[in-house]
Amino acid sequence: MLQPINVSLESLNLVTLAPMLIAIAGGLIILVLDLINEKLDKTLYVMLTILMLVIDFGAVLGLNVNERGFFDVMLIDGISIISQLLIIVGSMIFIPLALTSKRFHEYSYPEFFALFLFMIGGFQFMVASDNLILIFVGLETASLSLYTLIALHNRSNSYEAAVKYFTMGALAAGFFAMGSAVLYGLTGSIELYKVAEVLATRLNETGLMIAIFGSSVLLLVAFAFKLSLFPFHTWAPDVYEGASAPLAGYMSVIPKVAAFVVSIRIFGMYIDLGVEWVRMIILALAVITMTLANIMALVQEDVKRMLAYSSISHAGFIMAALALDTTEGTTAIFLYYALFMFTNLGAFAMLWISRHKNRRFDARYDHPYEKFAGFIKIMPTGAVIMGLFMLSLAGVPPFSIFWGKIYVMQAAVNSGYIWLAIVMGLNSAVAAYYYLKLIVYMFLKDPVKDVDTIYYNLSKPLMAVIGLATVATITAIFYVQPLISYLYYMISASGY
Amino acid sequence: MDNILSVLVFFPAIAGLLGFVVNKESARAYGITVAAIEFLLSLWLWFSFDSANAGMQFVELIPLIPDFGVSYYLGVDGISLFIIIMATLMTLIGMMSMSITENIKNMIITLLFLEMTMVGVFVALDAIIFYLFWELSLVPMLYIIGAWGGPLRVYASVKFFLYTFAGSLIMLIGMLFLAYTYHSLTGVWSFAITDWYALVLPVNYQLWLFGAFFFGFAIKVPMFPFHTWLPYAHGQAPTIGSVILAAVLLKMGTYGFVRFSLPMFPDASVLMITPIAVISIIMIIYTAMVAYAQKDMKQVIAYSSVSHMGIIMLGIFAMNAEGIGGSVFQMLSHGIVSGALFMLVGVIYDRRHTKLMSEFGGLASVMPKYAVIFGIMLMAAVGLPLTIGFVGEFLVLLGFYEVSPIMTILAGTSIIIGAIYMLTVYKKSFFGPVTNEANKTLKDLDAKETWSLIPLVLIVVWLGVYPKPVLEPIDNSVKAMLTFMNEKAVTQEARDMIKVAKSSTNRGEVK
Repeated sequence: MLQPINVSLESLNLVTLAPMLIAIAGGLIILVLDLINEKLDKTLYVMLTILMLVIDFGAVLGLNVNERGFFDVMLIDGISIISQLLIIVGSMIFIPLALTSKRFHEYSYPEFFALFLFMIGGFQFMVASDNLILIFVGLETASLSLYTLIALHNRSNSYEAAVKYFTMGALAAGFFAMGSAVLYGLTGSIELYKVAEVLATRLNETGLMIAIFGSSVLLLVAFAFKLSLFPFHTWAPDVYEGASAPLAGYMSVIPKVAAFVVSIRIFGMYIDLGVEWVRMIILALAVITMTLANIMALVQEDVKRMLAYSSISHAGFIMAALALDTTEGTTAIFLYYALFMFTNLGAFAMLWISRHKNRRFDARYDHPYEKFAGFIKIMPTGAVIMGLFMLSLAGVPPFSIFWGKIYVMQAAVNSGYIWLAIVMGLNSAVAAYYYLKLIVYMFLKDPVKDVDTIYYNLSKPLMAVIGLATVATITAIFYVQPLISYLYYMISASGY
Repeated sequence: MDNILSVLVFFPAIAGLLGFVVNKESARAYGITVAAIEFLLSLWLWFSFDSANAGMQFVELIPLIPDFGVSYYLGVDGISLFIIIMATLMTLIGMMSMSITENIKNMIITLLFLEMTMVGVFVALDAIIFYLFWELSLVPMLYIIGAWGGPLRVYASVKFFLYTFAGSLIMLIGMLFLAYTYHSLTGVWSFAITDWYALVLPVNYQLWLFGAFFFGFAIKVPMFPFHTWLPYAHGQAPTIGSVILAAVLLKMGTYGFVRFSLPMFPDASVLMITPIAVISIIMIIYTAMVAYAQKDMKQVIAYSSVSHMGIIMLGIFAMNAEGIGGSVFQMLSHGIVSGALFMLVGVIYDRRHTKLMSEFGGLASVMPKYAVIFGIMLMAAVGLPLTIGFVGEFLVLLGFYEVSPIMTILAGTSIIIGAIYMLTVYKKSFFGPVTNEANKTLKDLDAKETWSLIPLVLIVVWLGVYPKPVLEPIDNSVKAMLTFMNEKAVTQEARDMIKVAKSSTNRGEVK
C-alpha cells in the first residue's frame, strides 16, 4: 500500500516557479491567440512577447535570495537571479529585431514567438535548479526550441545549421545524461548539494577517483559542446552563419549564460572538492579555445563567421574566469556577459540591417568584408557605430567590454595566475587585428560597387535597438560600478 | 578655475562632437578656432600654475568605480605642464598649416578627438584613466594615417595600431598586478598613480613590473628593436599625421617612463640603466646612420626623430636632475623641431608631390624664406647652441656624464652624425644650381605657411637663449621626484645612483 504523501502548499514555495511559468504561459497565450484569429500581425506578437518578458522580469526581481522551493528542486540563489535577469534583458533587446520592415519567413509564424518564450522558460529552469534532472529538462526544452527557431529562417543553410546543432546538441545531452548517471551511481543523489556532501566523505576511497574523473570528463564534454569550447566548437561558426544575424548574436550570449551558470554549479563543486585537475583541464580548454578561435577568426572572409569565432574566443576568455573559482572570477563571468551582450547583439544587429534577400557580393557569404568597404561614405553613422562595437570587442577603453576584460584579468592576477592574464592580453592583441580589419574596410577603403542599399533592412525599431546597444557600449564607465557591486553582492550571497 | 584640466580634456572632445554640425566649408576655420581656444586655455593653465610647487596641482578626484579602485583623477606638475602646452600648440599649428582639402571636416573632427586623448594622457593620474586615453589615442591616428596617407597607408596604420596595442596590453597586466599588490598590502583597491608611488616593492617585483611597463612605453617611444613601425607610419602619414605623431604621440612613451617606471620602480630602474643606455646608444647611432642612407627627405627626419628619442631615453636614465630635466626639455624641443621639420617637408611635397632629395637642388635661390626657416629648424635639430635643441641635448649629456663618460661620448657622436646627415639634406636640396626644370617656378612660402612656422621659429630661438621660465618648473618637479625616489629605493646601490640635487636653484640652467 502506498502511503499518502502530505505536502503543505507553503512548503512548496510555488513563487519560485513563477518566472518560468509566466514565460511558458506567455507562449501558450500566443498559440491560443493564433488559434482564435490567424490573421494577427507579428507586431502584436512582438509586443506581447516583450510584455510577458516584462512581467517575467518583475517576477524574478521579486524573488528572495537563497530560497528553495517545489520539493527543494528549485534553487533561487544569487546567481540564479542575476542570470535570469540577464537572460530576460538579452531577450528583450533581441525580440524587437523581429520588427523589420521586410518580410522574413520566420516572423510570419506566431510559433516563432511561442517557441521563443518556451526557450526562455527552459533557460530559467536550467539556471534556477541544482537538480541534475531539472537542469536536463530545462536544457532540452530550451535547446529543442532553439533548433526550431534556427530552422525557421527557411534557407538551405539554416536547415543545415539546425540539423547540425541538433545532432551536436543531442550528443551533448547524451554526455550530460551519462555524466549525471555516474554521479548518481557514486552518491545516490542528483541534487548537487547532496552530491557534494557525499563525494566529500568518499573522496579518499581507493578506486573512486577514476569514477569522479569519468563523471567530470563526461560533464565537461557536454558543456564544452554547449559553450563551444575547443575541440567541440566546430559546429558554432556554421550554425551562426545559418541562423539569422540577430539570432546568431542571441545564441552567442544567452544560451551561454545559462550553460555557464550550470557549469559554475557543477565544476565549481569539483574544484571546491579539491579535484584540482578539473581546474587544469578547464584552464587548458579555455586557453586553447581563445587562442585557436582567434587564429581562425583571422582568416575568415565573412564578417558573420568572424564574429562567430570571436564569440567563441570570448567564451574561452570567460571560461578561464570559471576555473579561478573565486567570487571575483564568478562576478567577472556575469559582468563580462552583461557588457558583452549589448555590444555583441549590437554588432550582429548591424549585420542584420545590412541583410539583403539576395547575396549581392559573394556567392558563398552573406556578409563578406567587401560589403562593408567604404561604409563610412555610404552610411556614416552606421559605420561609426559598427566601428565602436568593433573597438569595444577588441577591448579598447572606455567601451564596455574593456571593463569586463580588465575585471577578468584582475581576477586572474588576484588568484596568482599571472601567466593567464598575459595569455589573455596577447590574445586580445591578436584579436584586435580582425576587428581592425573590418574597421579598415569600413573607413579606409572605397565602396566596391554602388551599394546604395547596404542598409536594406533598416527600420525604426532596429535603429532603436542599435541605439540602445550603442549607448550601453559607450557609457559603460558610468554603470560598471553599480553593476559590479550588485553582481558581487548577489554572488557572494549565494556562496560562490 | 580649479577644474581647468577637465575643461582642457573635454573641450576639444565636445567641440569635435559639435563639429559634425558645422558646414564643410567652415570646418577648417572651426577647427583652428577651437584649437586656438584650447591653446589659450593651456596658456592660462601655465599662468595659474604655481612654479614653486613641485607637487601635483589642479587636482581633481571623482571616484568612478570605487569597488575596483578606478577614479577620475587628474593633476599636473612641472613635468607634464609643458608637454600639454606643446600638444595644444602643435595641434593648433598643424591645423593652421594643413593643406588637406579632401574630407576636411572628418580630419578636423578626428584631430579634435586626438587632442582630447593627448591632453588626457598627460593629465591622468589614475592608471586606468591613463590607459584609457593612451589606447584611445590610437584610433584617431589610425584613421588619419589610413584615410589620408600614402599608397601603403592601410598597412602602415594597422601596423602602428597593432604594435602599440600589443605593447600596452602587457603594460595593462603590469598595472593590474600593481593594483593587486597594492590591495594585498593595504586592503584597498586603488589605481591612483600617487597611491602607487607610496608602494615600496621588493627588487624582483620591481624588475618584472618594470619589464611589463617597458613593453608598453618602449614600443611607443620607439626604442631600438621595436622601432620598425615608425618609419612606415611617418612614410605613409599625411603631414599633419607626422607632425602630431612625432611631436606628441612619441612623447607619451618617454613621459610614461618618467611618470611610472622611475618613481614606482627606482631600484629596477637603476639596475636597468646599463641595458637601457646600451639600447639607447644603439638607437642613437644606428638610426642616425640609417637616416644618412635615406633618399627620401621625410624618412631622414623620421629616422633622425628616432635618434633624438634615444637621447631623451638616455637622459631619463641618468638618474639626476640635469639628465631628467634635460630629457623633459628635450621632449619639448624635439616636439617643436621635428614637428616643424615635418611641416617643412610637407610644404615641398605639396608643391612637387615628391620628397626625394634627388629631385631637388638649389631650392635656396627659388624659395629663400623656406630655405631660411628650414635652415634654422635643421640647426635646432642638430643641437646648435642658442637654439632650443642645444639646451636639452647638452643637459642630457651633462647628466649622463656622471653615470658613464664613455657612453656619453658615444651618445655625443649623435651630434656629429646628426650634423652630417642634416647638412647633407640641406646641401643636396637647397644649395647648388637649380638642376630640375620643375623647381624653377616653385612658389615660396605663402602667408598661411609662413604664419604657422614663424611662431615655431620664435620659440626655437627664445627657449634656446632663455630657457629658464620652462626649465625651472620642470627642474622643481624632477628634483622632488628624485628626492622621493632616493628615499624609497630599497637597495644601497640605487640610493647611491639616484642623485638628489644639492642646491635648489640655478642648476641646470644654461648660462
